[in-house]
Amino acid sequence: MEYGIKSIGAYLPYRYLPQTAIGAAWGSRGGKGFKSVADVDEDSITMAVEAGMGCFRFFDRKDVSAVYFATTTAPYAEKLNSALISVACDLQDDKVFSADVTSSTRAGTNALKMAVSTVRAEPDANVLVTAADVRLGYPKSAQESRFGDGAAAVIVGAEENGDNLMASIDYMSFINEEINDYWRNSDEKYTRHAEARFCDEAGYLGQLNLILKKVLKETGLKTEDFAKAVVVGQQAKTLLKFCTKNKITPEQTVSTLLSEAGDTGSAQALLGIVNALENAEPGQKILVLDYGNGAGAAVLTVKEGIRKLNGAKQIERYLGTRAPLDSYARYLSWRGIAQAEPGTPYKVQPSWAQTWREQRINLRLHGSVCRKCGSALFPINRVCDCCGSKDDYDEFSAQEDICRLYTFSIDEFAGQSDDPVIIQAVAETANGAHVYTLMTDFVREEVKTDMECEFTFRRFNELGNFPNYFWKLRPLRREQR
Amino acid sequence: MTYFANNDFKDSVAIIGMGCTKFGERWDVGLHDLIIDAAFEAFEDAGIKPSDVQACYFANTNAPNNCSGTPVTDALKIHGIPVTRNENWCTSGHIALINACLAVKSGMCDIAMAIGAEKLKDKGYAGMGVGRGLDPVREARRDAPGSFALIAEKYAKKYGYTYDELKEALARIDIKNHANGSLSPKAHFHNVITMEQVMKAAMIASPLGLYDCCGTSDGAACAIIVRADLAEKYRSDPIYVKGFGCATDMITPHYRNRDFDWTSFESLRNCAKMAYDMAGITNPREQLDLAEVHDCFSITELAIYEDFGFSKRGEAVKDIQAGFFERTGGLPVNVDGGLKCFGHPVGASGIRMTYEVYKQLQHKVDNPARQLEDPHLGLSQTFGGPPQIAACMILGNQKG
Repeated sequence: MEYGIKSIGAYLPYRYLPQTAIGAAWGSRGGKGFKSVADVDEDSITMAVEAGMGCFRFFDRKDVSAVYFATTTAPYAEKLNSALISVACDLQDDKVFSADVTSSTRAGTNALKMAVSTVRAEPDANVLVTAADVRLGYPKSAQESRFGDGAAAVIVGAEENGDNLMASIDYMSFINEEINDYWRNSDEKYTRHAEARFCDEAGYLGQLNLILKKVLKETGLKTEDFAKAVVVGQQAKTLLKFCTKNKITPEQTVSTLLSEAGDTGSAQALLGIVNALENAEPGQKILVLDYGNGAGAAVLTVKEGIRKLNGAKQIERYLGTRAPLDSYARYLSWRGIAQAEPGTPYKVQPSWAQTWREQRINLRLHGSVCRKCGSALFPINRVCDCCGSKDDYDEFSAQEDICRLYTFSIDEFAGQSDDPVIIQAVAETANGAHVYTLMTDFVREEVKTDMECEFTFRRFNELGNFPNYFWKLRPLRREQR
Repeated sequence: MTYFANNDFKDSVAIIGMGCTKFGERWDVGLHDLIIDAAFEAFEDAGIKPSDVQACYFANTNAPNNCSGTPVTDALKIHGIPVTRNENWCTSGHIALINACLAVKSGMCDIAMAIGAEKLKDKGYAGMGVGRGLDPVREARRDAPGSFALIAEKYAKKYGYTYDELKEALARIDIKNHANGSLSPKAHFHNVITMEQVMKAAMIASPLGLYDCCGTSDGAACAIIVRADLAEKYRSDPIYVKGFGCATDMITPHYRNRDFDWTSFESLRNCAKMAYDMAGITNPREQLDLAEVHDCFSITELAIYEDFGFSKRGEAVKDIQAGFFERTGGLPVNVDGGLKCFGHPVGASGIRMTYEVYKQLQHKVDNPARQLEDPHLGLSQTFGGPPQIAACMILGNQKG
């Protein structure tokens, strides 16, 4: 039995801020590179769902038996975030074990370790590990510029024939270190940090040196044995310092998207793994080093199953379908740092019971197909609008449909003042159902009737004092199987 | 389906008095004042006392919840009789009128009253507000202009109009309604606008600009309804109800995947058919002398032209270009300025439209410059929700 990765997915939001834009806002030049910015309707849950959907390109979601959600920025401090992710991923409630893995930027590899342990104990298990972060640094801090938003996911499972895996996970180990280099107190918004030299020397470089030594000793491998090395970093300079000292060459080094997206926290190591696998050949060995209160390491071997990707490069696809956010001020408002004028309150009352009762519609995006006449309707309709049959339907999910935009309108003022343009859209799903929702991540001039679009899981409102999630439409970004 | 197959409704009910307040931002008055002013104008017009009213139907969408008909009983002191409130979005006024007609037609009472009143501006009510749906999760920040603009996108596409062609046709509706509104002393707005102004105005929800969208207003309107055989006891020129219509779609026709393409609405078509059947109208374009229709947005007025049979499918734009719906055209529409200029106190609007038709048919409009030449048959019509329910009433100044 071999244990490893059966599928991969990644997600990078549509928006980014060039470092120069952040610099300009504070009267400096700003550095090179880009900060990936989750939209105002996104959070770590929605991005984790997106990354999870990437995994379902190569793995049937019916076979997922556990969801481990890694993050330091969960929307809920109390209430299981992974339970919501599991439902939004349309997984089976009577089967799935869901757990959140939090509080450290190495939560991604922590969850990976837990997934490997799970499938070693239960070889039939398949674990969706999905990591996402939307971290905040103080305005004008180096952390604000360096942090970026993103997500990555893998499915971990066991195979009798290891070649069915995309990559085997041959080795994992961790070291523990109690240190206050980066931290956020439980009632705070911004990540704090100690003096920079202490962070680098005692923290990052010290711990990575220790774990690398441990990996090489315990596996008997040398650094040159690795075709690829995924090493997380808070900034390119220190990362380069570590690699150079340890003779990890630029050719070996796989980008964790520090300059394209920023430090994506708990998602960074998994984004690096996905990036490595999307450009890998069977037989290659991959070294993974993650950091946070100590460090984590993994050794992967790329397997024949990687050929299932067949050239699919989801990271490239997401990086290639982005657009800059037009202002740093808008970013500050979206994050509630300097909030623009709120809109008028909603006129509909929240209902916890209704939200719970209708989750198959709102979170799973299920509609009904009439068993009698075959017509597809959204949402789930007990009485068929076409033939009048009652309670005689099967549910369908429109999550992965490529839809046709049936009609739309662009309203200039309906949204909040920091995101005023609202596109109402009616989409026709693959089976002919009509879904009425909003559009997001659009270039307004390119929105046309009949254009193709896809569903993306988003925050809709805060009624009831909790985030309410549903699906929006967007122009095609997700890479198809 | 045929309604009133024996057609004994036509001419069996009549309006003997109506009232309407000045519409607008009425900071100076409250809901009770509006009700009192509209009702007492109607009482005086009908020559009755408040205590003569035997049943009252109140149209209102925005009074505090669970108020029932009490704003009317509180204001007019007509307690001790059935006074009920209906809330059917923009059609509430027509529903109140229809209920009053059915009350006298059934023999339940001799004199019924329909009143619509709305006090929106006490709550800073700009537009309809967001988050008005039934679902707390799927609800989002979408507003009425965006909902109705869905029609425009599909209409232009279906009939092959360019953006500019449709935009200009819609502008002509705006210009017409503003010109008409300038002649209505009780209207909210009195400014005459030009094509240039419309085209340069701020975009709200493409192609709907500022002048394609009606505002919301405070206001009230009232009607006194009796059986036709009693009507002449009260006045020499009662106005007869020829027919009415009402039809409702789903809360979200957006989800319908058949018989619905956003250019035509089942609720409008069936509402029109019901009323035309009752009134014996076979060619509304020729037979009607005027119409007051629901121009919440210019595109809505255009869609109604076609669903109510004023224009052939896809040809409303041509009729607009030909001036067919102007005050001097073949079928004048919204001669009092419509929702666009007269204003839109939601629950009152259906009765306000009917007030204009009533006054026109009596040759008694408040400004002679607006009086049409010898009209006999007129229609008032509302379309509510985003958009689900349609209602209308056809009036005539002669029996038969």
